[in-house]
Amino acid sequence: MEKDDLMLEQLANREYEFGFVTAIDMEISEIGLNEDTVRFISAKKNEPQWLLDWRMKGFKAFQKQEMPAWQNFKMPEIDFQSISYYAAPKQQAKYASLDEVDPELLRTFEKLGIPMSEQKQLAGVAVDVVFDSVSVTTTYKKHLNELGIIFCSISDAVKDHPELIQKYLGSVVPHTDNVFASLNTAVFSDGSFVYIPKGVRCPMELSTYFRINAENTGQFERTLIIADEDSYVSYLEGCTAPMRDENQLHAAVVELIAMKGAEIKYSTVQNWYPGDKEGKGGIFNFVTKRGACRGERSKISWTQVETGSAITWKYPSIILQGDYSSGEFYSVAVTNNMQIADTGTKIHHIGANTKSRIISKGISAGQGQNSYRGLVQMGPRAAYARNFTQCDSLLIGDRCGAHTFPYIESKNNTATIEHEATTSKIGEDQVFYLNQRGIDAEQAIALIVNGYAKDVLNQLPMEFAVEAQKLLSLTLEGSVG
Amino acid sequence: MLSIKNLHANIEGKEILKGINLEVKAGEVHAIMGPNGSGKSSLASVLAGRENYEVTEGEVWLDGKNLLDMKPEVRAREGVFLAFQYPVEIPGVSNINFLRTALSEIRTHRNLPQLSAKEFLKMTKEKQALVEFEAKLANRSLNQGFSGGEKKRNEVFQLAMLEPKLSILDETDSGLDIDALRIVSNGINKLRSADNAFVLITHYQRLLEYIVPDFVHVLYNGQIVRSGTKELALELEEKGYDWLKEEFHGNAPVKNI
Repeated sequence: MEKDDLMLEQLANREYEFGFVTAIDMEISEIGLNEDTVRFISAKKNEPQWLLDWRMKGFKAFQKQEMPAWQNFKMPEIDFQSISYYAAPKQQAKYASLDEVDPELLRTFEKLGIPMSEQKQLAGVAVDVVFDSVSVTTTYKKHLNELGIIFCSISDAVKDHPELIQKYLGSVVPHTDNVFASLNTAVFSDGSFVYIPKGVRCPMELSTYFRINAENTGQFERTLIIADEDSYVSYLEGCTAPMRDENQLHAAVVELIAMKGAEIKYSTVQNWYPGDKEGKGGIFNFVTKRGACRGERSKISWTQVETGSAITWKYPSIILQGDYSSGEFYSVAVTNNMQIADTGTKIHHIGANTKSRIISKGISAGQGQNSYRGLVQMGPRAAYARNFTQCDSLLIGDRCGAHTFPYIESKNNTATIEHEATTSKIGEDQVFYLNQRGIDAEQAIALIVNGYAKDVLNQLPMEFAVEAQKLLSLTLEGSVG
Repeated sequence: MLSIKNLHANIEGKEILKGINLEVKAGEVHAIMGPNGSGKSSLASVLAGRENYEVTEGEVWLDGKNLLDMKPEVRAREGVFLAFQYPVEIPGVSNINFLRTALSEIRTHRNLPQLSAKEFLKMTKEKQALVEFEAKLANRSLNQGFSGGEKKRNEVFQLAMLEPKLSILDETDSGLDIDALRIVSNGINKLRSADNAFVLITHYQRLLEYIVPDFVHVLYNGQIVRSGTKELALELEEKGYDWLKEEFHGNAPVKNI
């Protein structure tokens, strides 16, 4: 149809807002990957022997593993030998106050809209910024310390809290899990660590902002969040990357552990560079995220808004071990131009009376391909476990694709699994109706898309929900004539 | 206010409007009647700027501005309102958020200051009372789960909120029971003023008992074949459209219209 053609044409003109490069002296390791690379990284970070040993185990597992082949797109050739695995700003890595930070770096943060300023701190956001591979500064640490909350870079946690790291790192995502998780184990550079002590309710949203800056560097951050008994934490990660012609690899691992009665809410707003309209460049976002509800009545909730990356390959999953534990997965994934998203979740119901809820909203425009892939597994002990899955797809234009791959396994006949799925197209009628009330096509699409994604956006913390709404509108800007 | 001159329009290559002439002045109510397929809804769509219609000839002026040069949203901001025959549903978009966005665009265009949230809600309440539309709007998605009658009444409520110059009501009476018809008509009568104008597209004379038009036009085969006052509507009610068709075709037998 004529209108669709117009949509598509305009879609192609949408540009990436965060595509600037920061000129800062970087210390970058030689490209290539071998045991020496792993040793180099570990030595740079003055790590203890046990951690180097673990990295080496990860590296050996990585060498044995095949690239996954089950996803709904052709896995691109990734030359792991042409990547540099370590990049750090060539300065002292820690600053006592923001005044000491390179102003150029601060300007970058400003452009990114990272809430690092004093005002934002007062607004109750504590931010751990990972700029390429080294965590630059952690704000608000002191206040959190008073509550016994640990919020720091994973490197600091290795030094200051080795007992927690040794006990929990790799306990949810083992070093053998998959090729990207193994690679991450071997070369992870930095990331965030959170520990919430028993009975403490974290009084603010904790947030990390990731950004890939240097060319040819992969980003391999590692996040570990432990919520001890009856504690609560809400955590948000946001991601952006500058515009580059070549693809950059991002292979992160996130592990969540919720003890008895604890709750972890983990939200992601992912806006990596998606590549240009021909599909050149962009981030390969191959991420392993998993949470374990270890104790009774524990709860883990993943919310993700995925608008960026050339390819997104991620399945934040939840292991419901404790009886009466519950898991939630809320997702909005947008693919525009040549973007590919193969994303969803895995929920393993192990304990009795566990319950889970999956709401997935895919949006495809341009020639984007969007797949939902989900596994719901009811184990033999999962008596009276319940799952509800709702999986919707929205199409804009007629050259994009939406696909769903739901898998269900039940070994307990008292468990119930519900699955609902819909596919719809943004109708010309809807757009015209809004036009006729004075609303232009762009804003009409934004309204319709945000309405469609509302159930998921509502799960985000307030201020990030607003940001995510803007991002959705921006990503689809120009998608109609 | 509205001046249509020799308007011709195609849809998918087929000519559907074949030279429409119509003058509507401020303060007037015009009814456009005619059998199915005569081009009534097409005329409404062309005036509102629906894209799949192609205007091949003629002019449309709204207060001296060339309507055909404007995008649909600009026409709306200039004061053209179409009450849809089949209002669409938009899941997840609340009625209130939608109206606020629409009103804000229109007020910006008309160089009017934006309303505060408080003023907006006050206006919403007043207009809801005016058109007797009690539905709770804040938490409901636009038209979703509305009955046919509620959708039509929501159109009239939007009309009240957006305060257009020219309102085109495309079969707003269809699907309404007698009580709803009375309520909708009352609402429109209250909204009539010396500064605005209404074009009512309808099949039935029934609506015109409630909203008394200044002029009645009969559209047939893409042209206005007869114009008159409200008595014409009564005549049509009594005699049907066949006599007009015959007249139009010069007494030739009429087939499959």
